[in-house]
Amino acid sequence: MTANREAMLDKIEGLATEHARAVAGGGERSVQRHHDRGKLMPRERIELLVDEGSAFLELSPLAGWGSDFTVGASVVTGIGVIEGVECLITANDPSVKGGASNPWTVKKIFRASQIAEQNGLPTVSLVESGGADLPTQKEIFIPGGKLFRDITRSSAAKLPTIALVFGNSTAGGAYVPGMSDYTVMVKEQAKVFLGGPPLVKMATGEESDDESLGGAEMHARTSGLADYLADDERDAIRIGRRIVARLNWRKATAGPTTYAEPDVDPDDLLDLIPTDLKIPFDPRDVIAHLVDGVSPVDGGGNGAVFDEFKPLYGTSLVTGWARIHGRPVGILANAQGVLFSEDAQKATQFVQLANQTDTPLLFLHNTTGYMVGKDYEQGGIIKHGAMMINAISNSTVPHLTVILGASYGAGNYGMNGRAYEPRFLFTWPSAKSAVMGPAQLAGVLEIVAEQSAASKGEPFDKAGFQGIKDVVEAQVEEQSLPYFLSGMLYDDGVIDPRDTRTILGICLSVIDNRPVVGTDRFGVFRP
Amino acid sequence: MTIQRLMVANRAEIASRVFRTCRRLGIETVAVHSDADAALPYVAEADHAVRLPGTAPSETYLRADLLIEAARRSGADAIHPGYGFLSENADFARQVVAAGLTWVGPQPESIEAMGDKIQAKRLMEQADVPVLANLDAASATAADLPLIVKASAGGGGRGMRIVRRLEDLPREIEIARDEALSAFGDGSVFVETYVERGRHVEVQVWGDAEGRVAVLGERDCSLQRRHQKVVEEAPAPGRLSRATRERMHGAARRAAEAVSYRGAGTVEFLYDEEHARFFFLEMNTRLQVEHPVTEMVFHQDLVELQLRTAQGETSDLRFPDKPDTHAIEVRLYAEDPAADYQPQSGVLTAFDIPAGPDVRVDTGFAAGNEVTTFYDAMLAKVIAHGRTRDEAARKLATTLRRARIHGVTTNRDQLVAILTSRAFLDGEISTAFLVDHPPEPATADRHAAAVAATIALAERARAERVVQQGAPVAWRNVVSQPQRTEFTSGEVVEWYGGRTYAVDGFVVREASPTRVVLEADGVATGYDVAVSGLRVDVDHPHGHVALARVPRFTDPADAVASGSLLAPMPGTVVRVAVEAGQQVAQGEPVLVLEAMKMQHTVSAPTAGTVTEIHVQAGAQVASGAVLAVVEGDTP
Repeated sequence: MTANREAMLDKIEGLATEHARAVAGGGERSVQRHHDRGKLMPRERIELLVDEGSAFLELSPLAGWGSDFTVGASVVTGIGVIEGVECLITANDPSVKGGASNPWTVKKIFRASQIAEQNGLPTVSLVESGGADLPTQKEIFIPGGKLFRDITRSSAAKLPTIALVFGNSTAGGAYVPGMSDYTVMVKEQAKVFLGGPPLVKMATGEESDDESLGGAEMHARTSGLADYLADDERDAIRIGRRIVARLNWRKATAGPTTYAEPDVDPDDLLDLIPTDLKIPFDPRDVIAHLVDGVSPVDGGGNGAVFDEFKPLYGTSLVTGWARIHGRPVGILANAQGVLFSEDAQKATQFVQLANQTDTPLLFLHNTTGYMVGKDYEQGGIIKHGAMMINAISNSTVPHLTVILGASYGAGNYGMNGRAYEPRFLFTWPSAKSAVMGPAQLAGVLEIVAEQSAASKGEPFDKAGFQGIKDVVEAQVEEQSLPYFLSGMLYDDGVIDPRDTRTILGICLSVIDNRPVVGTDRFGVFRP
Repeated sequence: MTIQRLMVANRAEIASRVFRTCRRLGIETVAVHSDADAALPYVAEADHAVRLPGTAPSETYLRADLLIEAARRSGADAIHPGYGFLSENADFARQVVAAGLTWVGPQPESIEAMGDKIQAKRLMEQADVPVLANLDAASATAADLPLIVKASAGGGGRGMRIVRRLEDLPREIEIARDEALSAFGDGSVFVETYVERGRHVEVQVWGDAEGRVAVLGERDCSLQRRHQKVVEEAPAPGRLSRATRERMHGAARRAAEAVSYRGAGTVEFLYDEEHARFFFLEMNTRLQVEHPVTEMVFHQDLVELQLRTAQGETSDLRFPDKPDTHAIEVRLYAEDPAADYQPQSGVLTAFDIPAGPDVRVDTGFAAGNEVTTFYDAMLAKVIAHGRTRDEAARKLATTLRRARIHGVTTNRDQLVAILTSRAFLDGEISTAFLVDHPPEPATADRHAAAVAATIALAERARAERVVQQGAPVAWRNVVSQPQRTEFTSGEVVEWYGGRTYAVDGFVVREASPTRVVLEADGVATGYDVAVSGLRVDVDHPHGHVALARVPRFTDPADAVASGSLLAPMPGTVVRVAVEAGQQVAQGEPVLVLEAMKMQHTVSAPTAGTVTEIHVQAGAQVASGAVLAVVEGDTP
């Protein structure tokens, strides 16, 4: 086993441990209590909901990592296939504080809604939530209104919304079924009302009970809020699947029929990535593990694995065309870490070409940023970096981003980082992302402090500053790591590198729910 | 009178069998078929086919007038009756002859003489053939037990009842009468001593047109269940001395000569191995189901011999006394040995029994055919031939294991278990074999089969995807739980998908919707999997496992109310014994169902009230249909 593989396997094991924390939800006892009541956990509900043997791409599983809240933020979101339809699925985790929403829950659901909207997916919500986590209500209440706005906007955009209500869905939460196109409520479990018996008593003096205010039977027979009454949880899921089956769903682009598996085993990716990010690696090797192999032209139409564009110019950035699961994709991948003017110009042209041919783009990050220094500034590195950022900002073909290694400085922007709204962004466990490397950042701080002392005529305590430098370096190091950034929702998940091809394939398929249309309008370029 | 065009007044396997010889001899063929049999291969094999409207035997294959009319319309000049139905009906034989057609069978007088079992026994006594005495039901005592009640016009086990308690005798006679009446249109029965561990040995005879009778050895047909033969072989194995054998052959010859027998016939004996004695049971005045074992060891075509006699040919054919090889036949039935041999129905989604140089398959079915319960439950006869009995048994067992039979439960595993059992191979056979040596079909591979089925189902689901075709099966980036695949028989397979399959105890070496190779303990085994709706058939080198998936979801509207009595098999409601609203005790008969000429009583599972009755007498019901609902008393 290579040292690279050993190190990567260690990181993958660490990732599995972090995911297990999310899966554990509110802990063994809380899960047991729900099971004892005949209730299923959110992932059990999802397993039943999706087609047998289909893939489920869970999104933001580490949301809230590093915060005071349970990893996963008391909700599961992801993309699953129901009756052959790719759907955005959300499921509250009632084992975590009754499924109450905290600020991370809200952010995670916002991100899920954005994915549904951008890619044109129906949404199925598996509802069981006690509402807002009251101690953090100030961070939830005002922005949280967007949750309900998103549901009806989705409906208006002909993206159906379906709510399966398994338990509590009260107060503001009542608007989730309320705003959805279809609602299914589980008999003797669903509870949907604006105000419960105590609140009603306080407000009007009326004596009431849960069932008359918001029971499933009442909503199915009297209020009409429930479109379907389910016997039990399994029945609700069955009905949900039947609803999706009747959506008459048609993807904008039919999928490809044939493709070839990669010429090299994706498993060997683990050997490729050096443990030290300072050591560059050839992204062409990574690409070969991710993209379709050469299949006969009459079969798959993929005459070569990777057709590199402009291979002799701007060699710090590799650009070219390939296919993943039969779908065409344009790839931009860092080759030497640093981006130079030539690379930025090449990237700009390549993004324009992809828009001309309506081809989605894939960005593979391993960059320390744009080159600095007198020659480069004078050579127009800012102009050229700006052109690249202009191109990716205004490009309208779908973008996918995978952070393989380093993603520092403006390189993060130019390579289509989170702020540039790629359709999906995933991170390898080997990645690091920050304004600059921790050592450099600490070093910069030291130089600035030294200059500041000098300007004031004070002596600079180099030895004394070492302590500050160490703390800063450690803190930046920690905040550059994937779990931390994933916890902040700065990606859609940290992934096992061996799953990259599968995930990209799923994302490209999901993207095809909307037409891929490139733009011919960019911002003003300063060539 | 040379036969030009022959009609078989029968169906399925035997029709195909007769046509085969006809084709070889250049004789044109005509089939008749009921509505239920229209799609069976024998109909297409014939040069012409005539429809007999309806399905019940009484409307079709038992209608002499329609059959003769069919022969006339199709231009047939001869009729072969096969076995069963009208094959031993002297009136029919007379009508055939009267219509100017050639009857491929013995003369009507011979049929008649042997047809009445009581009269036949008298005749045999006169011909110095040993017989068992008839007992008077009224004066029978406990000392005579056990007894057997037989239909005078019977055959094939119908109308036959064993009586072990004297007080049961009147009731059993009643039931035997009913069955005999329904099956043969003649309700007369008689009572004999029942020889507990007797062997059923029968002698094949053939009379030429001038009444010269030849003997073609004997067959042992002892291995029976419910008086239906299951395994037959030639020559008879075990303790049967040359002297006894010769005496038996001689008695058979005398029996045939006593009725001036023409054509192929069989004289059945009850052989008491213990005392080396035998008794005449009956003579079957037709081609026997199990005739192929004789054909294989004597290298003769008995149908050809029948046709020669019918054409009036005389012969100086000589047959060896004893064959130097061994042949074994098994009857593959559509029945469930585990559920009291209930007849099974359904569509044969696969039906392939590999024949070979030493393996003969006589069947009336092909893949895609529907098996109904209107007629005999036999799907095929599989016959193997070997230098020794052990070799024949081994070839037969292997052929059965490798057969692909899907869609209908059969006794195949039981047959394999019999053929490979020590007792059978040691020749310890008797009519009580299945009681003395209950076959134990191998069950060890059910879990592996369920695993193979699970993987194949997963691959099938992958192949049927309309999106994300490239994603591995059940791929998860966050793994929370195994996938679960459940089968109705209780097998549950928990597994993980993703880059590779993970199942406890197995390495998945190969996976496709139809074939899975599993490695367990370092040994790779291939499984062929066929899916038809919820049913999954798994064939592996040791046999076949039929599984049925538990559906992921059931619409509560489709759920059956508790207390519902379901039809255990397809059949006809003979009698409804209760009325709606009536109180019933636990075990009290609610209604009686008839299938395969056997009556099955459906009883109340608990004491309670009959709340619903969904059927009436005469109704045809499908397996699993709700017949009635009994609501249990609340204690």
